[in-house]
Amino acid sequence: MASEERDIVETERPGPPTGLGLVKGLGVTMKHLLRRSVTQQYPEVKPNLPPRSRGVIALKQENCTVCYKCARECPDWCIYIDAHKETHEPASGGRARSVKVLDRFAIDYALCMYCGICVEVCPFDALFWSPEFEYAVHDIQELTHEKEKLEEWTYTVLPPPELEEGAEPTGGEEG
Amino acid sequence: MIAQAGVSVIERWISNYWLVIVAKAAVVLVFFLVAPLLVGYMEHKVLAHMQARLGPMYAGRFHGWAQLVADGVKFVQKEDVIPAAADPWVFSLAPGVVMIPYIVLFVVVPFSDQIFALNLDVGIFFVLAMSSVSVIGVLMAGWSSANKFSLMGALRSAGQLMAYELPLVLAAASVVMQAGTLSMIGIVEAQERYWFALSQPIGFLIFLVAAVAELSRPPFDMPIADSEIIFGHITEYTGLKFAFMLLAEYGGIVAFSAIASVLYLGGYQAPPLLSAIPAPIWMAAKVGALSFFIIWLRATYPRLREDQLQRFSWLLLIPLALAQVLVVGIVKVAV
Repeated sequence: MASEERDIVETERPGPPTGLGLVKGLGVTMKHLLRRSVTQQYPEVKPNLPPRSRGVIALKQENCTVCYKCARECPDWCIYIDAHKETHEPASGGRARSVKVLDRFAIDYALCMYCGICVEVCPFDALFWSPEFEYAVHDIQELTHEKEKLEEWTYTVLPPPELEEGAEPTGGEEG
Repeated sequence: MIAQAGVSVIERWISNYWLVIVAKAAVVLVFFLVAPLLVGYMEHKVLAHMQARLGPMYAGRFHGWAQLVADGVKFVQKEDVIPAAADPWVFSLAPGVVMIPYIVLFVVVPFSDQIFALNLDVGIFFVLAMSSVSVIGVLMAGWSSANKFSLMGALRSAGQLMAYELPLVLAAASVVMQAGTLSMIGIVEAQERYWFALSQPIGFLIFLVAAVAELSRPPFDMPIADSEIIFGHITEYTGLKFAFMLLAEYGGIVAFSAIASVLYLGGYQAPPLLSAIPAPIWMAAKVGALSFFIIWLRATYPRLREDQLQRFSWLLLIPLALAQVLVVGIVKVAV
């Protein structure tokens, strides 16, 4: 064991100092000076984000069945859901059906830690990641966004990128 | 041209002795206030692009050209804090003691054989003497701040000056020996045929390295090593006093670049075949190029350790500089 370590040290021993490294270092910084810098000037130039960027969580209301799974799985309890039950009499007779109607769906982005567990657990694809990220406000209270705002963000969700050549098509059970 | 050499333009325009002095002082002061801003802006931009950034882009609307003006306005508005335990007089005097030697130093820097404030016979001696006064200001700042980091920074600075003043003076001495004069203009005129950087390349390197160390610029910035001792002797300073300390640093870059171009790059002398371009532009270009080099070093090398710094000077630079003096002496006597 000890001899092995000594071998490693011997192979890594540097030669006599030549000063060549100093010149190389100057070359590296000069190369960067002559290259274009990578900075994007954000407010003027919008960032070119990938379509699946996780900017904010959007809600598609018509897909929501008020199952409360998202609210229960949320690690920091930032999802507020209120709903009531309505009974629908079918026009053609038969038993009355009860439906849950969403009254309030709000996410407090001051609490949200963007873990995405709600998006994962949603069984009916009502929650989405949107690449939108410019929703800074001056008051922390305003960071609780209601379902109307969350619905708006669903329109910023970009279509999924094209499948790669030869990839298996997705599509769940029917595929 | 030669007949007028050694006579400042100002003296030919204004005849009154006192007016001449005031005019010269004003010109030197304005130069000291403007040139460091240009170098500071260059540092912002060059350092940024060497790190693949853009640097300031907004102040003044065009590539942040007014960034340092804006910084100056900010410094003026800031509260002037003096620590409760500090010695207020020494604390307040220190920035002046650091800055004024660099202003005075520009008095003897020539921009052509007619554009200069003063042609002292002891020019280079005066310059080197002045440049080492500012370390007293650094010690004053460090001691009076009543802060251990300030004191450590100041003592490191003093130790660094001890180690690097010697190679600096020895390198300058061998130039003086070759030129046969101490006058800045005399040294420039002595380089009419070839620059001393060609006859004393090692001396030039020693001078540059020692100058960077004298200025406490990276990679020799242990006195203000921010990862260890916050900001050294400047730690407790705010507002205008802090601005003066920074101005002294950038003024120092300009000053040492000017001295190095006078000693080694032929000062205001144009290279052969390019004498159509006037002398002051050549001087400014050489000062700019050397300032760029000093900034380039900052972007490239990591900070040395304190013992590495001392070892480098005492075991390498000083023996080399002494050998240089010896060789120049032998050649001077033999030829």
